[in-house]
Formats: sequence, structure tokens, C-alpha cells
Amino acid sequence: MTSTSGKTACVEIGKIPIALSTTDQTFLDLLQRRYEGFLSSSRPEFELEFDLISEGLATDDDVRVSREGGEWNLKRGDFHACWNPSTGRGKVRQNPNPYSLDSVLRIMHSLILAERGGFLLHAASAICEGRAYLFSGVSGAGKTTMTRLAPSDVTLLTDEISYVRPNEDGYSAFGTPFSGELAKAGENCAAPIACLFFLAQGPENHVDELPSTEAVRRLMRNILFFAEDHGLVEKLFATACDFVSRIPIRRLTFYPDAKVWDEIRNFNGVPQHV
Amino acid sequence: MSEDSIYIARNSAIAARALAGEMMVMNSADSTFFTLNEVATTIFQAADGKTPLSEIVRDHICEEFDVDPQQAQADARQFVNELSAHGILLVSSQPLASETI
Repeated sequence: MTSTSGKTACVEIGKIPIALSTTDQTFLDLLQRRYEGFLSSSRPEFELEFDLISEGLATDDDVRVSREGGEWNLKRGDFHACWNPSTGRGKVRQNPNPYSLDSVLRIMHSLILAERGGFLLHAASAICEGRAYLFSGVSGAGKTTMTRLAPSDVTLLTDEISYVRPNEDGYSAFGTPFSGELAKAGENCAAPIACLFFLAQGPENHVDELPSTEAVRRLMRNILFFAEDHGLVEKLFATACDFVSRIPIRRLTFYPDAKVWDEIRNFNGVPQHV
Repeated sequence: MSEDSIYIARNSAIAARALAGEMMVMNSADSTFFTLNEVATTIFQAADGKTPLSEIVRDHICEEFDVDPQQAQADARQFVNELSAHGILLVSSQPLASETI
């Protein structure tokens, strides 16, 4: 569904609609193509106004996210954004490339989610028989491989950045347009999370329990969060502990062939210390 | 500093949560994690900045864990030094403002 009023597109990820405004038709076309499937007619909760510049292509600088008063400042070599969560409005000065845009949106969502008890996780995720499974691990652990091996009835939510929000009974995973090696956006849908697997490759498939403290440690290591803000980091820590107490977390050692999905389909675990 | 004049308080940059019977503490300044054992958890929770370490050991550690007082004092001092080195506890010869979790 597309809604453009003037040069604005509303991009809704994880049920959080954000209006992206620009005076540049070419940029509008670009973001409508990039976020096709995530365009929405919902009333935006937030609005970002883009000021496009031709310089500032360098992306090597580390991103800096800091709060000054009530306003967030997001800075990297290729963009500078200011955003006030109270008014819902922000401005982005960036080169008109989609990678900078993705980064700004990811950071913004990570800040919104941290306040709301959710998070972005460096993980692939997919829905199988109505339940979402997350696959996390270091680069090369097999996140993209798991999504490539998925049977045709499995719905891909993302091969790179998983979107997690609390629900009444636990947590749900949402599809995102943020793709990794697969270079393919996820489906715009959601399901309750049945398990988070930390991946390792091995000669055969097996699922092992992880101690809760190790699960929290791994989870925190893989949550995408950039802000220098003690209060929000503390909230994220509380969220990670809550997630581990409510969602099964396992180590999945797998041999990279399609049979690994039989293990996943048959998984019926409970949170480790319940 | 003698144990009688050592005061300990939790650093305000520390987040702590009990999970599955274990205390996890995280330093939000650098996102480092520590898991505390039972004795360490007792000292950490009693670190109010006002009670001398010797009193914490006498009233909480020796009583609850039935250990030799001298050994307990020495172990507690070592533990406090370690957590202090990681920025989790603040140590002073004077009472400190409490930075409760």
C-alpha cells in the first residue's frame, strides 16, 4: 500500500509508521522502491525531513548517537540527523544513497524500541508454521545459510536484522526491509517468537541448552544499540533478562543442509530456567 | 586502609539483575558483564556506602555462610578490589553516597 502526499512516503516497520519527507522526486522514488512492501497509509508516529547533500560519502567514521536535551543526534561521515521523540519530528542531512537511509532508520528504530521494551538483533528470522525463529551468531556462523536452506513454506522476515517487540505473552518478531548477503527484503508480517538459536556449524545437527546468564551475555552482544545513554542501556539489559526468562534460547549446531529445518520444525522447548 | 575504614558503594553506571538464581551485573559504560557468586552477591547488595566492609562481612558473610571470620575478611577484600578495578564498586576510606540499583 502506498501513500504519498506531496513528496512524503510513510514506511512502517514493526508497526511503527515513520513519514519520510523530501523535496526531491528522485529520492522519493528511490525510497519507495527500497521500502516497497513496507509503505503504509497509517498515520505516522514520527516524521523525518530529508535535506540531501552531494558531499559526505565517507562511511568509515564510527556512528555517534547522543542525546542533548530532549533531542537525539545521530552522526556518521555520510549523515547527520537530529530527532526529537517528544515532538516526533526530525531532520536528516545525508547523501541520497539508500545505505545511509537504512542506517538512519535502523538507529531510530533501535532508540524507539529500547524505550518500548524491544530491540533490533543481529540475527536472521523466519516464520515456520505460525511461529517465528531467530538465528543469531557472529559473521559466518550461518545466518544467511539458514535462510537459504529454508523450505518453501517458511516466510523470511530478515537475513540480517531481526525486529523484536514485546507482546501479551512474550515477544514477536517482525519482518524488516534490512537485508544482508541475501540482498532480499523480508516479508512485512509478524509472529510470536518460539526460540532464539545461537548458531554454530558442525558435522551434525543438535540443539543444546544455554545457561541463562550466557544467554543474556550473547543476546546483549548481538543487540544493535549505538546510543551513549546509561538509562537506555539499563532498560535494554532489563529487556534482555526478561526476554531470556520468557523465550527459549538454545545453541543450534548444524550441518548446512535442508535437514536442519526438521530440527527447527520439531523444536518444542521452554525457557531454560522455568 | 583497614577493613574498619573501608566503605563500598555500587557505581551508578552499573545495572544488575538476578536471573535463575545468579546476579548479573553490567557496566553500561563499556557493556562488560559479570556474574556474581552467592558471597559476591551478598557483598554487592550490602554495598550501601555507609556500612564498613568489616561490618558487612561480619553481619552477612560470616553469619549466612558459616565461614572463618579472618578468611572471610581477606576474601572480601580481594573481591572488592576486583570489582573496584572493573568499576563496579566504589571504594573509599570515608562513607560514600549510596548509588543503589
